[in-house]
Amino acid sequence: MSFTFKLNIGSRVYRDLEFFIWNLYNMSVQKFITGNFYDEEVLFPAIKKTRRAGYKIHDVFTPFPIHGLDKAMGLRDTSLHTAGFIYGITGTATAVGFITWALTMDWKLNFGGKPFFSLPAWIPVTFELTVLFAAVGMVLTFCYLCQLAPFVKKDHFNPRSTDDTFVMALECTNKTNEEEAIRFLQSIGAADVQVQYKETGWWLGRYDKDTKRFEKKTELESAH
Amino acid sequence: MSIKEKFVIPGRFNTISIALMGLGVLAIIGLYITTHGSGGTAEEKAMHDARFWASLLQNSVYFLLVVNASMFFICATTLAWGGWQMAFRRVPEAISAVVPVIGVIALAILLAINYGDNHTIYHWTDGEHVKHDKILNFKKGFLNKDFFTAMTIFTVAGWSLLGWKMRKLSRSLDERPLPTIAERKNYIWNNTVWAALYIVVFALTIMSSIPWLWLMSIDAHWYSTMYSWYTFASTFVAGMALIALFIVYLKNKGYLELTNDEHLHDVGKFMFAFSVFWTYLWFSQFMLIWYANIPEETTYFKPRAYGPYSGLFWFMFIINFIAPLLILMRRNSKRNYTTITFMAVLIIFGHWLDLYQMVFVSPMTDSKTGETHVPNLLWDFGVALGFVGLIMFVTGRALSKYPLLAKNHPFVKESVIHHT
Repeated sequence: MSFTFKLNIGSRVYRDLEFFIWNLYNMSVQKFITGNFYDEEVLFPAIKKTRRAGYKIHDVFTPFPIHGLDKAMGLRDTSLHTAGFIYGITGTATAVGFITWALTMDWKLNFGGKPFFSLPAWIPVTFELTVLFAAVGMVLTFCYLCQLAPFVKKDHFNPRSTDDTFVMALECTNKTNEEEAIRFLQSIGAADVQVQYKETGWWLGRYDKDTKRFEKKTELESAH
Repeated sequence: MSIKEKFVIPGRFNTISIALMGLGVLAIIGLYITTHGSGGTAEEKAMHDARFWASLLQNSVYFLLVVNASMFFICATTLAWGGWQMAFRRVPEAISAVVPVIGVIALAILLAINYGDNHTIYHWTDGEHVKHDKILNFKKGFLNKDFFTAMTIFTVAGWSLLGWKMRKLSRSLDERPLPTIAERKNYIWNNTVWAALYIVVFALTIMSSIPWLWLMSIDAHWYSTMYSWYTFASTFVAGMALIALFIVYLKNKGYLELTNDEHLHDVGKFMFAFSVFWTYLWFSQFMLIWYANIPEETTYFKPRAYGPYSGLFWFMFIINFIAPLLILMRRNSKRNYTTITFMAVLIIFGHWLDLYQMVFVSPMTDSKTGETHVPNLLWDFGVALGFVGLIMFVTGRALSKYPLLAKNHPFVKESVIHHT
């Protein structure tokens, strides 16, 4: 679950849609505070402390999946399963519907004297189509939720999250005291604590325009 | 966390298991009286006799294969170097301790049918008939009394002995921790070798020859190459359901502290996956015969899927496939004690019905008129309850004798931190 892309897959659907519409008019930039962790033994208690202290964890980025991280962060279950089930059912319905229409209404064929409506003979194709729809649909949904696509440049809070460290990003709100948050991160074992500004929202064809990204930085800072 | 070392059999558990066994004995006696009390021609008498023995055959073979699936689970996970099952491994171990008990019962029943001149169930035992029957004459090298007996004894003895060896290996660590890595490696290697041996015997028996001999030879003219796999899938999923039932029971009683939702989830996955696997084999067997439509093959499905047994057949299909597929698909339902218990009972019952329609059709067919009828299921259900009581009784005793956690096994930690 926890590779370098965003972790809380399911909860993003609504927000992404919202941001998509919102960003058509308005690009928003968000402030984050990131810290590196070198050890799971430090990371897990740190997550616990951060949540207890009331900071909003944007995400934790790790080079490899860590069991139990989603639970520690309190993420809800992904909806990918539900999506997969719906795709699968769609595949089943498509196969049964199409074959029924083709072989009992549109172009009746006599196969060895079997009735035109021969469900057992269609099960293999129905099964395959169910699997195909579920598999392809889930891969595409997964890519959408994780904002992965060819030629999309992914943004990293810290490139070392793809190498050897775990990166925790705190999302700052109007009420967050920056100094305090930095001190807090350092106190729970984070190294290389940084303040970063990121453009939030819709991603397609946006992230390659690196120069535009921090344009509103001063505006945002003055607003705080 | 304090660990309750051993299972103490509650009084109620004991009472229920003994009551169920009593019920089973009563059902067997009642069934014997009802089938043998009435008069009639010699043929009618033979049919009634066959109905009695078919009930014993179906129940003993089914429950033998179900409890034996536990040992298969242990050996398969051992061979795969699985560690996640260590937290509750003593449960399948205890269930597999029932194998020798039901094995002896099944052996007695099978040999009684084999040598009891009960030609209605195994009509290949009728020497005179085989001489004139071209197909049975051809199969004589495989389907004969001696080979049947030898194979049956080999099977029951092999499962019992190798199962006993596996359990003994597991218990040998209870008082003896393994301090060095070399010793642990050696222990795992030892385990692997014995598990592999068991799997070989398992493959030679339930996965190939035994269902042909015990069950498929009831319809001696007909054959299917899927049959053994089908029987295996059927009993394995029921075996996993049985393990799940015992885990939930022990958890509710406050035992198995280290077993949590993660482990139950994986057992639930097994129940789900093998329900689908069973359906896959069921359908593969059914569709090929349906498609080819060759009379000598369709005789098998004619009374089952389209004849008097069709209600039972499709009902069994719904509770063995549709119900597990839709109910066990969700993650939460695999972690919920209530749904797991409900599905486990449903699956065990469903596959019992599956074996019911596999066994009963042929003995219940009148050889003259070719008419088939469904006997009163309640008698057979009573016999099944007797076997359930026996499984509870022996498993309970096996659980109470040894610690519930194989704490010195090298893979225990892997199970404690298990996460799905």
